[in-house]
Amino acid sequence: MNDQNPYLEVQDLRVRFATEDGEIRAVDGVSFALERGQTLGIVGESGSGKSVTSLAIMGLHNRKKTAMSGSVRLGGRELIGMPEEQLRRLRGQDVAMIFQDSLTALNPFHKIGSQLVESYRIHHPQASKAEARKRGLEMLDRVGIPNPIKRFEQYPHEFSGGMRQRAMIAMSLVNDPNLLIADEPTTALDVTVQAQILDLLEDLQREFHSAVILITHDLGVVSQVADEVLVMYGGRVAEYGTVEQIMRQAQHPYTWGLLASMPSLHGDPDADLLPIKGNPPSLLNVPAGCVFHPRCAYAMLNGGPCDIEVPQLLPLSLSAQPGHTVACHLPERERVRTYEEEIASVGVAL
Amino acid sequence: MSTAAVPQQARGRADRTEPLLKVENLTKHFPVRGGFAGAKQIVQAVDDISFEVRPGETLGLVGESGCGKTTTGRMLVRLLEPTSGKITFEGEDITHAGRGRLQKLRQDMQIIFQDPYSSLNPRHTVGKIVAMPLRVNGINPPGGVKNRVQELLELVGLNPEHYNRFPHEFSGGQRQRIGIARALALKPKIIVADEPVSALDVSIQAQVINLLRDLQREMDLAFVFIAHDLSVVRHFCQRVGVMYLGKLVELGTREQIYQRPAHPYTKALLSAVPDPAKIGESAGRIRLVGDVPTPINPPSGCRFRTRCWKAQDICATEVPPLTAKSSGSEAACHFPEEGILIEPEATAETVS
Repeated sequence: MNDQNPYLEVQDLRVRFATEDGEIRAVDGVSFALERGQTLGIVGESGSGKSVTSLAIMGLHNRKKTAMSGSVRLGGRELIGMPEEQLRRLRGQDVAMIFQDSLTALNPFHKIGSQLVESYRIHHPQASKAEARKRGLEMLDRVGIPNPIKRFEQYPHEFSGGMRQRAMIAMSLVNDPNLLIADEPTTALDVTVQAQILDLLEDLQREFHSAVILITHDLGVVSQVADEVLVMYGGRVAEYGTVEQIMRQAQHPYTWGLLASMPSLHGDPDADLLPIKGNPPSLLNVPAGCVFHPRCAYAMLNGGPCDIEVPQLLPLSLSAQPGHTVACHLPERERVRTYEEEIASVGVAL
Repeated sequence: MSTAAVPQQARGRADRTEPLLKVENLTKHFPVRGGFAGAKQIVQAVDDISFEVRPGETLGLVGESGCGKTTTGRMLVRLLEPTSGKITFEGEDITHAGRGRLQKLRQDMQIIFQDPYSSLNPRHTVGKIVAMPLRVNGINPPGGVKNRVQELLELVGLNPEHYNRFPHEFSGGQRQRIGIARALALKPKIIVADEPVSALDVSIQAQVINLLRDLQREMDLAFVFIAHDLSVVRHFCQRVGVMYLGKLVELGTREQIYQRPAHPYTKALLSAVPDPAKIGESAGRIRLVGDVPTPINPPSGCRFRTRCWKAQDICATEVPPLTAKSSGSEAACHFPEEGILIEPEATAETVS
């Protein structure tokens, strides 16, 4: 592995789907980098392209209907255009994925144990069944499933939601992946179980030193686990920075909207939330200029750049902290002022 | 409607201190067949809960899946028949009200569902959907049904000209607004809202919360707001009830529940919410172990004891009653978080 380059480097990733209604620009120029041991949170609403980005990294698209461009480099290897056979070896071995819905991600007809054994032996063909079983039991124990020997012989439906999510995590980690992609791993779970699973993910990351991409819509989850945050909107990156930068000095009006529209456990409960007006854009018909401008309360229109020119993701010039990039036409001074005066006291931004 | 409107308002004002809705020892048990040879078992979905809702008041019911909050909501509007207990609406026992009475009753009590996709008939236009409660009740509002429906659409922030569109032409948030318009059509006094925003994206969720709050204030509506999201409930409800495995474990004002929770479960639930105010923090929080037990064979005594860090022998043998604790709220716990030691004087006085 090349030491100079980050473990995962995504550059100008574009994903387009051909549909009956026309071409969907699901991901439109997304770039980020991720080191091992770090967690990147990808935040966005439905249709923001956050899940498609992760599926593209895994190469899980229907190749006939999907046009992909850009570069995804994992440990120095380019994944885009990699032959299917090689990609398949990579999946599960170097990159693993946890999905939101553990009930559909696990095969209902096979015992948990045999699914674990299978995912191990696919990547370790030389391993005996006994070895694979031992490894599977180890992993069940590691993810905190009580009585793993009994659980090994059970079917997914015999597990509770939290336990199934644990089993899926065990399965994804059975091959020691270097990159773990978790797509809304706790969305379907109750809060007390969510807290357990988030703790588990953090522990496991420390132990295995893997890179983690956590896709979520919940800024609370992001602030607990992420080191860096990528805010996506309409298939593009709105803002990218460390978790402190995004949660405490947000610069993009969309991020403001997310922060100010989430009810919080602090502050005045009778104060109105500041929702984002309108609805997310249709990706069939992406607005010209900044994708967010039709919903943006601060957009400069009427000859202004917001509805004409696509804003570039640029680093901040006034901020002393490096690594914070924003795609917005508003002058930086203006953005800093707006955040402090209007946003910092509302919703979860508080 | 015109005939009903006047006395409704008059009554609403006069009975300000009387509860609008009173629930006493409400219980719902579902028989199921399971286990070997399909042995009969009972799911104790809701077990002996009591609370009141005053006119214009918002009561939140929170809890995790399987706690019985949805079942409770459905019993309130009588979509489910209670196994035992009593529901009183405006002083009248409606626990076993017949069909005719129920139809009248539902002019005053409405429900909003969680799923904006399956709660609207896809073959009906929005106009027809919103007009349905009027039609069913044979109400002909002044100015005509269409006029009233368009008023309602405007009230919930939809374009009244979209009267002839079908549900699939609307986004999730807009569909939820249609559901709200339908619930408001008969000018109810109380709305049971079952997870009305949990299927919506964050930015849309805030729009709908603000809308519901505005409507609640303007129309002086009472709400039973059922949700799993504690921060949403905090923004909407004046009083909050916390449920666990079919039991109401704590009931109090918003301040009591969120600032000084008395029940360990309430405390654990609050501390499990990932808090954006605390970046990178997960330490110092209360961790519950394991999952919620099955309601088929709930633990004896206090149902929370299997996950409670304070549980002692008495918790397994005696069901803790819901009683006032010194922290202000009512909680069902033998060892409440605050309050067991703070009020020795008060107890001494009553004894002497």
